[in-house]
Amino acid sequence: MTTTGSPTTGSGGEAVVVEDLVIRYGELTAVDGVSFTARAGQVTTVLGPNGAGKTSTVEHLEGYRPAAGGRTRVLGLDPITDHRRLSHRVGVMLQDGGIPTAIRPAELLTQYAGFFERPLDPAELLERVGLSHRAGTAFRRLSGGEQRRLSLALAIIGRPDVVFLDEPTAGIDLEGRDAVREVVASLSEDGVAVVMTTHDLDEAERCSDHVVIIDRGTVVAAGSPAELVRPSDSDHILFGAPDELPVDDLAAHLGVPVRRVSRGEFRVETDPSPANVAAVTAWLAERDLPLQDLRAGRQRLDDVFRRLTAHDRGPDAGDPGGPAARRRGRGRRR
Amino acid sequence: MRAFRSQLRTELVLGARQGEQLLVNLGIPLLILVFFSTVDVLPHGDVDEPIDYLAPAVLALAVMSSSLVSLGIGTGFERHYGVLKRLGASPLGRGRWVAAKITSVLVTEVIQWAVLIAVAVLLGWSPPAAGWAPAVLGALLGTAAFGGLGLLLAGTLPGVGTLAVANGLYLVLLLTGGMVVPLSELPSGLATAARALPAAPLTEVITGSLGGGGVDTWAWVSLTAWAVVAPVAAALLFRWSAE
Repeated sequence: MTTTGSPTTGSGGEAVVVEDLVIRYGELTAVDGVSFTARAGQVTTVLGPNGAGKTSTVEHLEGYRPAAGGRTRVLGLDPITDHRRLSHRVGVMLQDGGIPTAIRPAELLTQYAGFFERPLDPAELLERVGLSHRAGTAFRRLSGGEQRRLSLALAIIGRPDVVFLDEPTAGIDLEGRDAVREVVASLSEDGVAVVMTTHDLDEAERCSDHVVIIDRGTVVAAGSPAELVRPSDSDHILFGAPDELPVDDLAAHLGVPVRRVSRGEFRVETDPSPANVAAVTAWLAERDLPLQDLRAGRQRLDDVFRRLTAHDRGPDAGDPGGPAARRRGRGRRR
Repeated sequence: MRAFRSQLRTELVLGARQGEQLLVNLGIPLLILVFFSTVDVLPHGDVDEPIDYLAPAVLALAVMSSSLVSLGIGTGFERHYGVLKRLGASPLGRGRWVAAKITSVLVTEVIQWAVLIAVAVLLGWSPPAAGWAPAVLGALLGTAAFGGLGLLLAGTLPGVGTLAVANGLYLVLLLTGGMVVPLSELPSGLATAARALPAAPLTEVITGSLGGGGVDTWAWVSLTAWAVVAPVAAALLFRWSAE
């Protein structure tokens, strides 16, 4: 099952190679020069806000959308022209839909098992995604989370070498989320290259070996979660104290900038080392000022993501590709 | 072959589970056959007993039910829900998908004909044995024509659009296609228009073969033309996903 060293992966186990990928829908450029590599035995997460170009990228690699430019390889083959050959070795979980509403989970998995040479056993697979008790329930009667888990099972029934999961945990309950994480972890242990998209930062940080952050069709950062949140000049100490705190005095005392970020909340722009934290608390103690709370703020992927994707957002910020933008995009695609 | 069988099994199981498909495939043809052969209110052309006209006419109707309405609406919703898109990522392939669709329609038609013929015989129908070969050939051409139309609707309209248009077309063709009322009873302008549509020639071929009287040439020409044009149009215009 492992693909490492298989003739179609690169020497470093590259299962998916994307170089300068461009995808256009008429006038709209959805993906504008994206490059990244996904390796066998690793989870590669494409992270970005809605409308960033994640699904377009993945749907190209799945064989659905032709590229307007660039070079892509999945297991050494062209995802569009070699689609038939790749379909035996690639697993796909669509962002939504794809399953008849009246079908029962056991029937669906048996149907797809019939398409592959060496499929997984449908009953065991249902057990693995926690749906054994729902094997005979019509798809439309399953909860949203159960539907996503069935869709995940469908992606892996053919023992693929590469799996594309488009928003696998979107709208899923906690139990379902754990089931998805377990399956993803076991796939990468088995040497499968997992490529997933998400706009959920927590998900990306927990599950990924490699994160590619995409915004407005371009890669804005890439690396392991640890690399992306490496200490940097934006590390800080955040504390709460009376609002009338003499900020300038503290800044002069510490020799670094101190800002009041909100009512009664202050931010010291320095590495949150024990010595620096001690200096702040000692200064407060000398003036007999109460300390309300203290956070030695190592960045989370969250902060990195917000910083990288922050651009002139209007009042309904945070979702530049919201429903309205999506509708516009779809209209062009017709 | 395994992939084809797996897909065919799914098509048949899901088809049999849809109550509305059972209604349109068997319910409506049976109702028309039993009701109008028992209650003699409809004109029935130049045959003596209503059953002699109605039995072959509902066999034609059954072909239209399964290949235009069932196939079209079923496939339209599969496209709407992304089922076709998902299958496109699997090793099934278009060829085997199309083969499974055609086979499932043919299996449905065999069941429809078996039930309808059995009921018609019970109602006193005794068709000439020599008529079966041309009738079956007509049914196959009709399947190609109506299947092509059904897939053309399914592959170009939204799911609900296919539902509406297929049902509307079904009703219009049912009334103007000689399936309940013989073409000779329609106003001449309407009858002429109906001959250019696929339903009337299908009914003419099957009723002409099984009701005696022979089949007019125009019916074979029109039906064959539809059997070629509709599938070709579907193949050219079909879009797999609905965005």
